[in-house]
Amino acid sequence: MSRLRLDGVGVRAGVVPLVADVSIDCAPGTFVGLLGPNGSGKSTVLKTVYRALAPAAGAVLVDERDVRRELTARQAARRVAVVAQEPGHDFDFTVDEVVAAGRTPHHRPWARLGATDRAVVAGALNTVGLDGHGSRPFGELSGGEKQRVLLARALAQQPAVLVLDEPTNHLDIGTQLGLLTLVRGLRVTVLAALHDLNLAAAFCDRVHVMHDGAVVARGTPDEVLTPELIATVFGVFAHRTVHPGSGRAHLIFATDPLPCTTSEGPDEITDTRRAGGHRRRRPRRRSRELRRRP
Amino acid sequence: MPDTTVLTPVRAHTTTVAAPRAGRRRPPFGVVLAGLIVATPAVLVVAIGTGAVWVPPARVWSVVVDHLGGAPGGDALADPIVWQVRAPRVLMAYVVGAALAVAGAVLQAVVRNPLADPYVLGVSAGAGLAAVAVLTIGGLAGAGLAATVGVSGAAFAGALVTLALVLALGRRQGRLDPQRLLLAGVALSYLFQAGTTYLQLRVSTNQLAAVLFWLLGTVAGADWAELGLPAALVVACVAWLMGQGRQLNALVLGDDVASSLGVAVHRVRVHLLLVASLLTAVVIGIAGGVGFVGLIAPHSVRLLVGADHRRLLPAAALLGGVFLVLADLLGRVVAQPLELPLGVVTAAAGVPFFLVLLRRAGRGVA
Repeated sequence: MSRLRLDGVGVRAGVVPLVADVSIDCAPGTFVGLLGPNGSGKSTVLKTVYRALAPAAGAVLVDERDVRRELTARQAARRVAVVAQEPGHDFDFTVDEVVAAGRTPHHRPWARLGATDRAVVAGALNTVGLDGHGSRPFGELSGGEKQRVLLARALAQQPAVLVLDEPTNHLDIGTQLGLLTLVRGLRVTVLAALHDLNLAAAFCDRVHVMHDGAVVARGTPDEVLTPELIATVFGVFAHRTVHPGSGRAHLIFATDPLPCTTSEGPDEITDTRRAGGHRRRRPRRRSRELRRRP
Repeated sequence: MPDTTVLTPVRAHTTTVAAPRAGRRRPPFGVVLAGLIVATPAVLVVAIGTGAVWVPPARVWSVVVDHLGGAPGGDALADPIVWQVRAPRVLMAYVVGAALAVAGAVLQAVVRNPLADPYVLGVSAGAGLAAVAVLTIGGLAGAGLAATVGVSGAAFAGALVTLALVLALGRRQGRLDPQRLLLAGVALSYLFQAGTTYLQLRVSTNQLAAVLFWLLGTVAGADWAELGLPAALVVACVAWLMGQGRQLNALVLGDDVASSLGVAVHRVRVHLLLVASLLTAVVIGIAGGVGFVGLIAPHSVRLLVGADHRRLLPAAALLGGVFLVLADLLGRVVAQPLELPLGVVTAAAGVPFFLVLLRRAGRGVA
């Protein structure tokens, strides 16, 4: 297990800054969530971690070694693996073949896969609960099975750090919980972009909230996921309660003020916005609509 | 489905999935490869023996063995037919087929599109325009041009110029973008085809036959001198591409994933494009625009051995070679004394072959 540290990471598309000065510290073995609305820069930040994007400023460090300057591409790929959103094209790969791609950084390009590799591939499939499914065509799996195969491919890299970009998208609730429980049980450091704030509250040790390309809050889910912050960043009203099973924070959302709570009316949103001083288009429009109502 | 009570993250994960279903039935890779390796010399010998004069396989074999052993001329009657006329032609068909199949498989992976073929980046259209220009431009200038560079040289140059244009147009933010490459290639193809059509309309009827034959591909009239350099280039390119199987697998899974697997996506893609297109340009130079092999051979092989490029590329090379030798053989014999262009035979014989494979694969899935 390794420490993953992003130190002042900035990414630009041409001259337009996409994210600026993002610092995230993931202690070894922790599950860290990256939250924020669409377009807030979560995926961009994650891409710098698995080297799909080069940061224009700052550095990504695994155990204090820069993944761009101090590690080769293959060395970095033996430490950091990803389950990304991008679908790719399966061209009729079997499950085994997809998972075996995870062994790529462990070999020279022309080397053959050995007995160790086959054992690692089988072990990864076993971990995700897909024993014996190796010869099935990847394209014929269900969405949940596909996501597990992609997780197995990442595990076949034998990484110390696992990056997940919205791993629960399009999955049913049982599969969502199953997948995150599975990841939670692995001995790796996890940095995951999540859309579902309640899943984040249930599974993350710490969360970072991004808004307009910057980290605006960090801490434990209990500290961070306040109705005020959610109003500011997501532009929705939230009522916070306690999950009866886990004792963790649980949020209930609405686009209109909730009758059972007084602390997150439109005025509060306006106040927070002034205090925060961030550029926001959607929330502002929404709060104006709300104010016009009788 | 997962146990729905797993709300506490620390609890052990309990999952039950549907019992493993049997995967698609594929013949073992070793059997397919061995079959293709055994088929290769057999098909070559029969193809060399067949023609206006039938030479039995045993006699073909002994002539070839004599030449390889350094003591040619033992069979004065069969020797010129087998060694001087037919062997270079059949070998050229093999080289062309193998090259196109490998180039097609690589380009399908690089642009991540199963409809891609070796000509998808427009190299055949550019080569065609250059070759037809040399074939049809009359007068002294045309004759001089044809004599100095030849149709092959012109086609090769046309292919390289097109490739350079496509690479220049296919960039976005300094990186090659697969979608943009495809669009640039298709757009340039239409432009060059328009030019080729214009030239065709202007030529006389007897010139038109030569032009059509070239555009549809032919290995007629091949000789040893013409075969040497292209064959060496093809062998070198194919060997290099076969070493890139794992990079190709990673690229197919997506650029982001490939990056996370330690593949230098941009650099690898450029190298693969350059080598696959060089391969295509060489082949177009010697045989014209042989269609269909580069599209169908990779897909046929995928149905047989799967999509792993470390298996796919060698098998595609063997199958593409054998297929084109058979196509050339058919083109020589079905309409004797007339010869059919390769492109006509590859389509007419290849489509049924492919459809049979597709149907069989479809049954295996259910």
